[in-house]
Amino acid sequence: MSDRKWRPRPAIALPSRRRGAHYTVRDLLTESLNGVSAKPSRLVISVVGTLVGIGALVMTIGLGQTAAGQVATRFDSVAATHLEVQPATASGADGKDHPTASIPADALDRVTRLAGVEAAAALAKVSFEARITAVPVNDPSSTAAVPPPIVAVSGDLLAAVGGAVSGRMFDRGHEERVDRVAVLGAGAAQALGIENAASSPSIFIDEHAFTVVGILESSEIEPGLVDSVIVPLATAQRDLRAGPADTLALRIAVGAASTVSHQAPIALAPNAPDGFTAAAPPTGAELHGDVQGDLDLVFFMIGLITLVAGGLGIANVTMLSISERRSEIGLRRALGATRRQIAAQFMTESLVVGTLGGLIGAAVGVLTVVIVSLAQGWTPVLDLGLVLGSTVSGGLVGLAAGCFPAVRAARVEPADALRDS
Amino acid sequence: MSEPLQPLLDLRQVTRSFGGAGAVTALAGIELSVASGDHVAITGPSGAGKSTMLNILGLLDRPSTGEYLFDGEPTSRLSERRRSTLRATQIGFVFQAFHLLPGRTVLENVSMAYLYGTVPRYERGRRARDALDRVGLSHRIGFQPGTLSGGERQRVAIARAVCTEPRLLLADEPTGNLDRANSEEILALFDELNADGLTLVTITHDQRVADRARRRVRIEQGRLTEPTA
Repeated sequence: MSDRKWRPRPAIALPSRRRGAHYTVRDLLTESLNGVSAKPSRLVISVVGTLVGIGALVMTIGLGQTAAGQVATRFDSVAATHLEVQPATASGADGKDHPTASIPADALDRVTRLAGVEAAAALAKVSFEARITAVPVNDPSSTAAVPPPIVAVSGDLLAAVGGAVSGRMFDRGHEERVDRVAVLGAGAAQALGIENAASSPSIFIDEHAFTVVGILESSEIEPGLVDSVIVPLATAQRDLRAGPADTLALRIAVGAASTVSHQAPIALAPNAPDGFTAAAPPTGAELHGDVQGDLDLVFFMIGLITLVAGGLGIANVTMLSISERRSEIGLRRALGATRRQIAAQFMTESLVVGTLGGLIGAAVGVLTVVIVSLAQGWTPVLDLGLVLGSTVSGGLVGLAAGCFPAVRAARVEPADALRDS
Repeated sequence: MSEPLQPLLDLRQVTRSFGGAGAVTALAGIELSVASGDHVAITGPSGAGKSTMLNILGLLDRPSTGEYLFDGEPTSRLSERRRSTLRATQIGFVFQAFHLLPGRTVLENVSMAYLYGTVPRYERGRRARDALDRVGLSHRIGFQPGTLSGGERQRVAIARAVCTEPRLLLADEPTGNLDRANSEEILALFDELNADGLTLVTITHDQRVADRARRRVRIEQGRLTEPTA
């Protein structure tokens, strides 16, 4: 042992209150980090809950944003090459919207002459409640099924709205002859029990037999057609009480959207172009958005519940930790720690655990979004604020979870804690 | 040896009881003065009130009635914060169970004594090294407590207790977990510290430990029964 003398403090007045404060924020952080890392297994258990909760939240919101980005991209490409021209509507006396103009019979000739229009089709929804069957027999015992909608079409539908047909699409000859032919959407064909159009099966719309010439497997721009029965407009007007076309679907050259949307209403009604509106067709984005919104809510709630569970996990593990560390708390009090300093340390430990869970959770969430996006060929869209916000949320959860255990730790009587150990 | 100086510790009719109705009286009217630089051993059977007395002397507990003066200042009127400051700067503790934190090095364990006191951060490492050097453990500063012998652990605890240059060292069964050789080392260290002016109050069952003190007081059923010179 060395010969150095101890230097007990001289017998002077007690140290002043102001001098007794060298416990810095750095000390607090160092002690908290040491406390957190002292038992890695305890750390892992307490981090997992927050990690899963934050990870689920970031993944949910990130995938939602990415999907929305995808829809927007698709919408942009549709908007660049497709237009829909419809009569403008005005609210009538009955409170319903009524068209203020009607599409003329030679509308297709008029719009296809416009520069930039590559294909056009006129569509009319048939509001006539027709009974549609695949057999001529009316079986009164059969369950009444909702018939598929009938869409009357004139012009080059496939070119105008895109899509794939097995068999064939009816053509101008069918229209001019007013033939009773039909193309079934794949959904409608399934509902009617028709598998293919190779044998030219018939369907019966009311008393009229229509020959099925093709089945529409898909349509990019008008997905609703897949569940419909498509017939020539002239035939529908003769047999099914169809009115004039209510929509013109145009495929246009890239860059021509602005010009065509301006010129098409003039071509249809030179004296009253305001009677028509031209816009990019709806792409189902709204429906997609609704579904995505519901999914988001479900995952958001799952994430939130997991986060709460994670917070409870932190609180639980911290409580256990306090029981285990009673002698340490007693020692710190003996070394001069105030109750507030003990509480601050445990609060900070919880904050660190929560922030760590938030940080790793956000990273896992981002990674998941990136992996899913790569697998789907999407462009991942992530808000930086979401990542930062979720990390902060993790910290807040930790802080909230640490409140009660911290108060318990501060109340530990040092004499008891030192005696018990 | 010099004559005892003015009382550093003064217990005046101190009582301490626990619980409400049918309370257990741990201390019953204790009168004890300890001069600065003195070495007092408190002996007595288990449950006699020795630890309760040590807790009150160390400001870890408050008397139920009576007054405890530390360096002439009544402690009953001190706030919790001020009592903490006194513990951090004026009082050192040595426990039978050492109370070293596992996972921290010897140096870090000793440096903990400065956390809540007045020594600035940049000074702590150097002073802790000095204290470890003083107890002969400068070669163990990077070791974990779990790798040390019992005697070495208690020396680390003593370094932690005295590195803040306290005026009072309270030792609760300091050799209770040690063999004879290690006990002798610790007692020699205590003698040295006391010779340098540190006031020592030791609680012990061990007569050999009590014999090293200048004064011995015996406590039974919460009363000092046979103060001996």
